Amino acid sequence: MTDLARSGPARTDPGGAASGRTGAAGRRPPRPHWLLLLPALALIGVVLLLPLAQSFLRSVGAPDLTDEHYRSLFTDGVTMRVLLRTAKTALLVTVIAFALGYPYAYVMTRVGPRMRAVLLVIVLVPFWTSVMARNFAWILILQRGGPVDQFFGLFGLDVVLYGTVTGVAIAMSQVLLPFMVLPLFSALSGIDRRLLLAARGLGSSPVVAFWKIYWPLSRAGVTAGLILVFTLSLGFYVTPALLGTPQESLIAQLLAQRTTQLLDFQGAGALGVLVLAVTLALVVWANRIGGTVSAIGVVATTGTKEQR
Amino acid sequence: MSATSTSTAVPPVAPVASRAGTQIRLSDVVKDYGLAVPAVDGVSLTIEPGEFMTLLGPSGSGKTTTLNLIAGFETLTSGRISLDGDDVSTLPPHKRDLGMLFQNYALFPHMTVAQNVAYPLRERKVPKAEIRRRVAEVLELVQLPGRDDDVPSQLSGGQQQRVALARAIVFGPKALLLDEPLGALDRNLRGALQAEIQRIHREVGSTFVFVTHDQEEAMSLSDRIALFNNGRIEQVGTPETLYKAPETLFTAGFLGDSTVFELAQAPGSEITWGDRRWAVAPHTVSERARAAEATALVVRPEDVHIAQRDDAVPPGVNVVPATVTDVHYLGSYRSVALALGTGDGAVLGQARLDAAETQLAVGQSVQAWWRVERQRVVSR
Amino acid sequence: MTTTTRAAELDRLDPEARPAAPRRRRRDRGVDAVPWWLRLVVAVVALYFVLPTLFVIPMSFSSSTTFSFPPEGFSLDLYRNFFTDPVWLTSLRNSVFVAAVAATLATVVGTAAAVGLHHLTGRLAGLARTVLMISLVTPGIVVAVVVYISFLKWHLVGSFAGYVLAHAALGTPFVLVSVTSALSGFDPKLLRASASLGASPLRTFARVTMPLISRGIVTGAVFAFVTSFDEVVIALFLRSPTFQTLPVQMFNSVTFEVDPTIAATSSLVVTVVTVVCLLPLLLGSRGKKRQEP
Repeated sequence: MTDLARSGPARTDPGGAASGRTGAAGRRPPRPHWLLLLPALALIGVVLLLPLAQSFLRSVGAPDLTDEHYRSLFTDGVTMRVLLRTAKTALLVTVIAFALGYPYAYVMTRVGPRMRAVLLVIVLVPFWTSVMARNFAWILILQRGGPVDQFFGLFGLDVVLYGTVTGVAIAMSQVLLPFMVLPLFSALSGIDRRLLLAARGLGSSPVVAFWKIYWPLSRAGVTAGLILVFTLSLGFYVTPALLGTPQESLIAQLLAQRTTQLLDFQGAGALGVLVLAVTLALVVWANRIGGTVSAIGVVATTGTKEQR
Repeated sequence: MSATSTSTAVPPVAPVASRAGTQIRLSDVVKDYGLAVPAVDGVSLTIEPGEFMTLLGPSGSGKTTTLNLIAGFETLTSGRISLDGDDVSTLPPHKRDLGMLFQNYALFPHMTVAQNVAYPLRERKVPKAEIRRRVAEVLELVQLPGRDDDVPSQLSGGQQQRVALARAIVFGPKALLLDEPLGALDRNLRGALQAEIQRIHREVGSTFVFVTHDQEEAMSLSDRIALFNNGRIEQVGTPETLYKAPETLFTAGFLGDSTVFELAQAPGSEITWGDRRWAVAPHTVSERARAAEATALVVRPEDVHIAQRDDAVPPGVNVVPATVTDVHYLGSYRSVALALGTGDGAVLGQARLDAAETQLAVGQSVQAWWRVERQRVVSR
Repeated sequence: MTTTTRAAELDRLDPEARPAAPRRRRRDRGVDAVPWWLRLVVAVVALYFVLPTLFVIPMSFSSSTTFSFPPEGFSLDLYRNFFTDPVWLTSLRNSVFVAAVAATLATVVGTAAAVGLHHLTGRLAGLARTVLMISLVTPGIVVAVVVYISFLKWHLVGSFAGYVLAHAALGTPFVLVSVTSALSGFDPKLLRASASLGASPLRTFARVTMPLISRGIVTGAVFAFVTSFDEVVIALFLRSPTFQTLPVQMFNSVTFEVDPTIAATSSLVVTVVTVVCLLPLLLGSRGKKRQEP
């Protein structure tokens, strides 16, 4: 659940807090409600924000400022190559997730409520199947002599996806599909199907009606899903570590290696800050375009509440 | 929004009215979803070229399904639909060339007004310059000139429906199908748009098929009304026919109020209701009542008169003793609720009195009477 | 009008409304039906979601000492191994303790924060909410690395406290989200009603607010527990020879040891977590039934 579920509820609308305000609470000058926030802020502050700040400061060489750790990211010849490979893998994952997620989300909007609930539960399966169990399962499936190899063996082909970027992408897509399907479902169910009927009445064939009406209206959800899946796949560690090879490591493995094996905390801090910055920028972008990203966390945590 | 005053200023638009009107013929049309009762159960109807035909009925009566069958949004279970004699039963909607107006407008939210209206022309590969000319023309016709670049969400409900109307007629469809297009609008706008639709029907001259559950709307707009009930057509006719000469109790009850006396036996030269004996004029007995076993006598409120003394009843009319149960002053007239007949057999009914007539007291015993030729015997 | 679909739904929901036989002359699909090939795609995608994980179950009954698939023979050796090997058992115990304590901590602070934020408005409150949710959008590997570096200094690596703190921080946003959504469906007029009936704010919270948002709290707690129980990345960094959690041991068994016991472990974990995740769903539906008179 770690790599992925984490990015669930992105930020819910900060203004949402306004809705439940009671008149009585507004009058008292020192608000006791802030006190309720303190424990949570302290926990997050000490466990997450402080380490982040420390790593950031270390990466810029505080107290003497330097940009050498950042400069070396671009010049060491390794980081950029790995970053490029990571981006390519993320792109592949995104394409697979989109190709599978769009039809799935579309059908979810078209079936009856009971079937929709079933499809929703199925989407959420990767959320609650253990990360290690799932990765182990993919090892079984993709390994030499595994089911995939055996299947292609029937055609005289030797296909071992274990230890390849493709294998990593296939396993990652399964885990990231919910992040494609859920914002898409939320966007697609907002489209009035009568618009399609109207288009057909005005002379469009079903394909043209889809292309000219449905697709443009679904684009915001599509963009949100694409960015989200791409972003999340950048930070994957366990799947590439188990299914990939060290020769074709991704950025997360590089980060881990710099930290635990090379003990290059400054370099690791700089790389971590870079990854975090890229991720946050993409998430903010997705949030602005889609506005549906925050819905994911809600859907995910409320589990399989029936959607009507 | 004075539709009538401007209507003279707008010249009829030739390309929009390129087809004078198409005949739509439904033969034994059935739509069965596999539920207990078919949604449309053997409807046959011929809509004449240029006619304004309203499909009227309560919700679930099959009128909207029938419209969707004509449009091609639903497939026929059995039967035949033809346009000007050509069988279109299996033709997909985009090849039927019919304009459709939806209750929720169904404007494409990602397109401007002009793009929406141009949509059907683009689909028909009309040249660009011609599209521009026709869009301007039709927006003029619906009185929305110069709003080309607005997005639908910037328009009011009434304006959105005008754009939808423009879009539905701009390509000169064989007929215009209107699915409760005024249902989402408030009362004032409804009136204005009714006038608009009527004016455009006059100017375009094509066949209009209008679905509504609002009997007043149907009465004021239509050349003819097809009244639906339980997936069948109850009666087809002009608004006046349906109001004045209903065939069935359902028709009489759906269009306007009436006082209903259920009859025990088929009418002969005379009707008996309880201990009352009433005269019958043969032409007031409906076709279906003649063949039916169960019949009823109906009288419209405006035909019911009240006599406070027995000797005030004119000769040769049908009379029944009644008790006043309620009186409402409604400005131009007084609505009087009555219990007609005596004891357990009494039925509730209504009369409409001139507001100037003598006051009636609740509980007062009176004589209710009506002229023989103003009553109607219907099947039930 | 999508009468087709509506009628089709009715049809599905109420089979008794269908007449015995004759009426239906041909299968009615309507103009706006979902094409068969699309249904096929959805079926394939659904299998892609569900099927892979199921591979571990037959594997867990294998009698082989390798990962070869299909499994050879049938035995309960792997389960026996899991329940007797002290390395696996200790890891399991550590995971359960860490998850329980971390989830409790996350639930307490997360619920308090959600209630607090519910009553606060303005930019500062918005900022506070964003800060509390930050771990949801931060890549796991980045969190793991920075936490590891700082915890190393604070001597928290390889300690129970280190695991608990890190996992509680991860679980807090889930509690916050689910309690917030429970609160948003909560009518503030009820609070005034309770006050007007003479209840103190604290009593109102205990008697009115709590029961109404308890489902949100339970959901959040379950998510926090599962998040911690299943967490690998941070756990890999915080492990020490003396303290590691179950997912870390599973990781080891794949990478260093080639120990098929992981098949049994995976089957157990998937089953248990599925049950735990479905629990609030079942409780919720039962709760709903109870409210009905």
